[in-house]
Amino acid sequence: MFCEKAVELVRELHRMSDGQLPAFNEDGIRQVLEEMKALYEQNQSDVNEAKTEGKTELIPTVKFRHCCLLRNQRCIAAYLYDRLLRIRALRWEYGSVLPTTIRFHMCAEELEWFNQYKKSLATYMRSLGGEEGLDITQDMKPPKSLYIEVRCLKDHGEFEIDDGTVILLKKNSQHFLPRWKCEQLIRQGVLEHVIS
Amino acid sequence: MADALSEASELSGGEESQEEDVLTPAELIARLEEAWLNEKFSPELLENKSELVECVMEQLTHMEENLQRVRKGDLKASVHRMEIDRIRFVLSSYLRSRLQKIEKFFPHVLEKEKSRADGDPSFLSPEEFAFAKEYLANTEVYLKAVALRHMPPNLQSVDMLKAVPEPCLDSFVFLRVKERQENILVEPETDEQREYVVDLEEGSQHLMRYRTIAPLVASGAVQLI
Repeated sequence: MFCEKAVELVRELHRMSDGQLPAFNEDGIRQVLEEMKALYEQNQSDVNEAKTEGKTELIPTVKFRHCCLLRNQRCIAAYLYDRLLRIRALRWEYGSVLPTTIRFHMCAEELEWFNQYKKSLATYMRSLGGEEGLDITQDMKPPKSLYIEVRCLKDHGEFEIDDGTVILLKKNSQHFLPRWKCEQLIRQGVLEHVIS
Repeated sequence: MADALSEASELSGGEESQEEDVLTPAELIARLEEAWLNEKFSPELLENKSELVECVMEQLTHMEENLQRVRKGDLKASVHRMEIDRIRFVLSSYLRSRLQKIEKFFPHVLEKEKSRADGDPSFLSPEEFAFAKEYLANTEVYLKAVALRHMPPNLQSVDMLKAVPEPCLDSFVFLRVKERQENILVEPETDEQREYVVDLEEGSQHLMRYRTIAPLVASGAVQLI
């Protein structure tokens, strides 16, 4: 049956829970594109035949194939666009550098899109207000207290806080830090907010 | 909050007076909160408030500068620090929700901007406009490169305006009335109903379709909650 491959692509993403990015299904896309090519060629020859030999009974088949083509196009666009939305969400979650495991799941063009998006977003944030701009990927949750208790989940090296003190973020060590400084690290999974 | 801010504004030398109406810092923050809630709850992108954003950013910078001078361990400092954090959260959240809407509805946002008459106020700030244009171009280039250019010649373009969903103006919103309104026409939801008019009393709260009260949100007569 036509379009099945395309619908399968959409289903594949739909099955994934929000925010997960499965590997780019290059093979699936290729198969759909091949199907489209075949449909298109059949249509062309049928249209020619209908024109030259006046076979009007071919028209419904041509129309049907065209619908399949449109549907395939739409499914592929939906698949790609949905992946872009997921990739966009990753920028907000992980910051501008993505973990290699995720990059591995993206195709070259997606990485290109991501870099471009990163640039646009950075330009926008720099243009806000005064000289330095405002990083709106920070302050995701309303602040409850100034300092929070955090535990290191992995070695991160030295970390400087506002007043110039440098602390060493070592695995399993626990610190009492200004919240606005560690938000990003928590989202990256370096620190864990300890709620007692 | 007002206290922390007024100290900041004493040093700012009343820079808000450049605006048409002079705002105290407390009023400024109230305006920001209003804009923030409206933006957060309305389904479509509202008019940009870049002046307001700039003022708040200035205030934040001043407050940060003041804090630098306070000696370490002062109790007052941490209270002010908290205030800064809170204001920055509201500001960031406001800008974030705008950006999210721009990303979600980018073809429609740009279309609206294009069809806007010259004198009308712009919905997008220049920076947001640049961002939206880049986003559209980037996405189009991407779709073309990965799939569309491999498709049959008659299917190599996607009409973004049709492909990306429009904001749903018929969604319901909660609102509080700030200025009394008379004769608001409520359109029928189903075929059996007829349209009717309501009066909105000041201070009352309602649950209505956004489309009905969109002009009132824009004029500031009602506040989304």
